[in-house]
Order: sequence, then structure tokens, then C-alpha cells
Amino acid sequence: MGAADNLGQDQSTLFRGNDTELRLKDEKSVRGTPAKLMPAFVLGEELADLAETDPRIVVATADLANSSRTRDFANRHPDRFIDFGIAERNMITAAAGMASCGLVPYVATFASFSGILAAEAIKTDCAYPKMKVRILGHHSGISMGFYGTSHHATEDLGMMRTIADLTVVCAADANQLRAILRASVDHPGAMYIRLGRGRDAPVYNEVPADFAFGKAATLREGRDLTIIATGSQVHASLAAADRLAADGIGVRVVDMHTIKPLDAEAVRAAARETGAILTVEEHNVIGGLGSAVAEVLVEEARIPFRRHGVMDEFSLIGPPAALYAHYRLDADGVTQVARELLQARG
Amino acid sequence: MTAERDDRRNLSVEHLADRAKFVRLETLRLTRIAGAGHYSSTFSCAELFAALYYGHLRLDPQNPSWPDRDRFILSKGHAAIGLYPILADLGFYPPSRLDDFTRLGSAFGDHPDMKKIPGVDFSSGSLGHGLSVALGMALAGRVTGRSYRTYCMLGDGELNEGQIWEAAMAAGHYKLQGLVAIVDRNRLSIDGPTEKVMSVEPIDDRFRAFGWDVHRIDGHDLPAIMETLGALKPAGHGKPQMIVADTIKGRGVKYMELSLDWHVGNLVGQDYDDAWAEIERGLQPREREDA
Repeated sequence: MGAADNLGQDQSTLFRGNDTELRLKDEKSVRGTPAKLMPAFVLGEELADLAETDPRIVVATADLANSSRTRDFANRHPDRFIDFGIAERNMITAAAGMASCGLVPYVATFASFSGILAAEAIKTDCAYPKMKVRILGHHSGISMGFYGTSHHATEDLGMMRTIADLTVVCAADANQLRAILRASVDHPGAMYIRLGRGRDAPVYNEVPADFAFGKAATLREGRDLTIIATGSQVHASLAAADRLAADGIGVRVVDMHTIKPLDAEAVRAAARETGAILTVEEHNVIGGLGSAVAEVLVEEARIPFRRHGVMDEFSLIGPPAALYAHYRLDADGVTQVARELLQARG
Repeated sequence: MTAERDDRRNLSVEHLADRAKFVRLETLRLTRIAGAGHYSSTFSCAELFAALYYGHLRLDPQNPSWPDRDRFILSKGHAAIGLYPILADLGFYPPSRLDDFTRLGSAFGDHPDMKKIPGVDFSSGSLGHGLSVALGMALAGRVTGRSYRTYCMLGDGELNEGQIWEAAMAAGHYKLQGLVAIVDRNRLSIDGPTEKVMSVEPIDDRFRAFGWDVHRIDGHDLPAIMETLGALKPAGHGKPQMIVADTIKGRGVKYMELSLDWHVGNLVGQDYDDAWAEIERGLQPREREDA
């Protein structure tokens, strides 16, 4: 359908005009990371692979087939790809209608326009009637950089998390995204899948075989502190743990990929065994991972705790790397915040 | 498909009129149980409900999830009180299930819930969603190669919602002939006449401009409704089909007709009995149709 019309040549992504991005795409690697290890380059491909054996899978976008690389799906399954144009609510509600007829739709657009703009359609048409719609919110957080607040999404986890019967999950890298997509096909009910900018550095060397929704992954052990991170911040937190280890500080790093249902036992275990917790997310510190973990701690295990993320403000504009440094959402920043928490604990 | 179907149904105008009367009487009865209900929005589409469910839709009450059934989305979900008795009457569930209408834990609330009520193809209530749902169902029919049609009943005030036009645009773009929308054009939304609150006319021209085939009929004229439904084109590649049904909000109880006071209400005592008797007499000719 959509793909059949005027496919034309690859117009690149919305990053067109950025010479670096265009060149890197051609070279199939970004800063030394092969394209096949970047979420942006595997999304459409993985869905297309799954669709080879599962006729229920359909994919839709809202005029962002190139940006999300769902174009890769469209090229292989043109009859199961629908471009809804710039009409996100319509796309998500229509996906619910498709799901009611037995299809499993994956609908992709910027997180700012799926998890925020279309939140009511997700609640009313997907979660409440338990439709198997998978809403992909890509370019979440502040990863849109200089595009500014209209295109940043630091509220989506907070909004999605309050919706009953909705699974909310964040992909840290390409391999984990593949695992999420594979596990999602037969998972009951609706799901919000949050992706970063798509160029996220690898965290997992291979597709994690033990991936399960609601079951956090402990990626590093340590006795002095646990960093619970999600999405893009898992990589930064691992790097921070390396730096702290050099100073003899042992940090457990937990990838809390599923924000809902939260793995509360992993939080309790971290409190019990490491005595301090820092949450790190590319999201407002209100409403997202930090709030979810705080709820568990306040009710069950009070310990030194700190939420780290975007401190309830609209982000500055700037290139993503500069923003991550500014908001201390890179390895240096997370290391610094972890030290502050440990110093405060004494 | 129609020949086989028609053999099994009583399609006389008298029978359909009787079923429209049944819808109105049940709306009175159920509203009294709940203590409040949408009388006038349901009365306006009683003939449309009767024609669709008793004379037209391809359904199997014994198999509510039959993949090849026609779909019906009540986008103006607040008229569900008129739909529930029909589904019971057709055998989707026992009529006695309606006796605890809206009580704590009931499956039957003011708006229909697909997960609780057999025969409800999609939950509704938040206006502006239904046409998108129907669009998705029609697209699914194309993806899966099934020939069912998807019907969506819209309120006229609901056309204020922007998402309606997103769906209308997409349906025209993808040429979903199997998508049939029906506007219950009863002229009133809650705050007053639609053309004063937020005008929706010319509905015909607006949908035509979005690539739809549009029919405009008297939504209380059963022969006209049946003729229009019977002439609909099958699912396939072509213009989506719109029926704008001019109706009268509150039709059937004279003091409710075109009145703003009965969007939500509750009749008790003698008023209830009088309204019941008036509906029993059947639709009476109106003195002025241009009120």
C-alpha cells in the first residue's frame, strides 16, 4: 500500500543536510559502530524478518518511514506497510482497529508524537481494550538535539506508566531491541516501546537470549551502589561504573528495560545488597524510571537514593552530544552524580 | 451474500418500524434503571439501528468473532443504550443481562465495551475515534483478503473532532470502498444547534472533497434507508461510502424533538408512562420538518 506509492529514492532521514549523518549511513558505520549494531538500522529489518513467518505483523508510520527505517520493512512487505501521513492519533487508533481483526501492528513515530501527542488513543483504543498494538516511540528523550522541545520527549514514560494494562519498555541498544521485538509478537495487550536516537552504542554483544518483560538485567556486579538505568542511559551508566571501579568503588548496574511492570524484586535486592541506588534515565526525573523505583523504595526499603535525569525542565537546544554532557547524561556526568550520592551517604 | 441473508430475515418496513419502536422503549426502560440516559441521541438513530441490525449487517450471533462478519462501530458511543437491546434480541446474550444495566460491576455502561459485551466490535465513548477504528478494520480486511464491510456510525457534533478528518483523508487515499460511514445528522450537540456551536455543513461536500461517495437521506424513512444500504458497493478498491442521514434528535417523543433539554435525562412517574404510550403509537408525521 503506502510503500507501493512513489517510493522514490532514499531521501535519507530528517537528518538530511547533516553531512556527517549522510556519509556515515553510506559507510554502514557510525563512529566505529557497524550499522547492524545500531537500533535505527535494525528496526525495519528485524520486523521484516519476523513478518516472513508471521502474517499477522503489519507496520505503520506517520510520514517517518526513513527516519525510523521502517522503510526497510516496506521494501520487503509493501502490502503490509501503511503510511498514515502526518496523523499520529489516526494511525494509533486505526492500528487498534487492525489488531481487533487479528493483526499485530507495529506503529512507529517520534516519541513526542506517539507517547505524548497520541496518549489518549493509546489509553482508550489500545490499552483499555487490550489490543496487541506495539507503539514505537523513536528519537525519545533529548536525542533530537537542536530540533528543540517540540521534538524532545522527556514526559512519555511518565504518561505511559499511568496507563493500566500497558507494557512500557525501553531499548538500550540494537541487540536488545531485536530481543524486545521478538518477545513482543505474542505478548498480550498493548505495548509502548521507547527507542533512542537510533545510533545508541552497543551494550549487548549479542541478542540477549534471556530477555523477558518485567525481568531486569544485571549487567555488572558491585557492593557499594546500584545504578538502575534504562534506554540510552544503560551505556553511560556502564561507563560510569568502569570509572568508579578504578577508584575502588563497586557499582552494580541494572538495565531496567521494562518500566512497567517494574521488576520490584530487583530494586529490593539492590537496596538490600548494595545500600544505595541511583536511577538514570533520559527523561524528566518526575514520572519515569526514577519515580517508579522511588515508589518501591519508599514503601519497602528506605535507603540513600537519588534520581538522575532531566530535572523537570525543557531542554536547551544543541547537538545531542553537547546536551548529554550538559545534563550530565554521559559517562562523566553519571560518574559525578554517583560520587555525589555516595558522598552524601558518607 | 444478500440473497441468502434475506431469506432468513423479515425485512418488511412494518417489522423494522416495530424494532425501532423496541429500541426507543428499551431506552426508556434502561434509563429508568440507570437514573439517567441519552434519550434523544438514541431516538434519532433508532430507524438506522433497526435497518442495519435487522435488515442489513452480515452477522452471526452464535459466533460473535466470526472473522468474515461485517463490523459495526458505534462511534457515538453514548447511543449504546439503544444498541444493547438489539444485540440481546438477536441472541448475542440473554436479554436478562440488561436488568442490572449500569449497576456496580455490570458489563453495560453508558458506553459500549468490546471486552465485556458480545457483538460489540470495538469499545467507544471518546468521540472522534470510531472512524479511525473502522479505517483500521477496513485496512485489515484488505491485508487479510476478507470481503466484509465496516460500518461506522458518527454523531454530527462528533465531526468537530480533528481525528475524524485524519481518518476521512486516509480512507479516501487508500480507496477503501468497504468502509461505510453513517452520520446521524440530528442537528444538535450538547451546547446547541451544531451550526451555532461549531458548524459541520456542508457535510456532503466536505466528504466528497476527501474522496468519498456521499448519499444523503431521511434517517427516519425506513424504505429510503433500506434502499440506500442495499445499493452500497461491496468491499474493494473504490471510494469509501458515506450516508448522511438527516434525523431529528429526540424523534418519537414530541417534547423531546429538537429539544436541548433531553440529551441526558430521566423520566419518572406519569411522564414515563406518557412517553411510553406515545412511542407505542409509532412515529407521527411532523407538523414542520424545518424547525
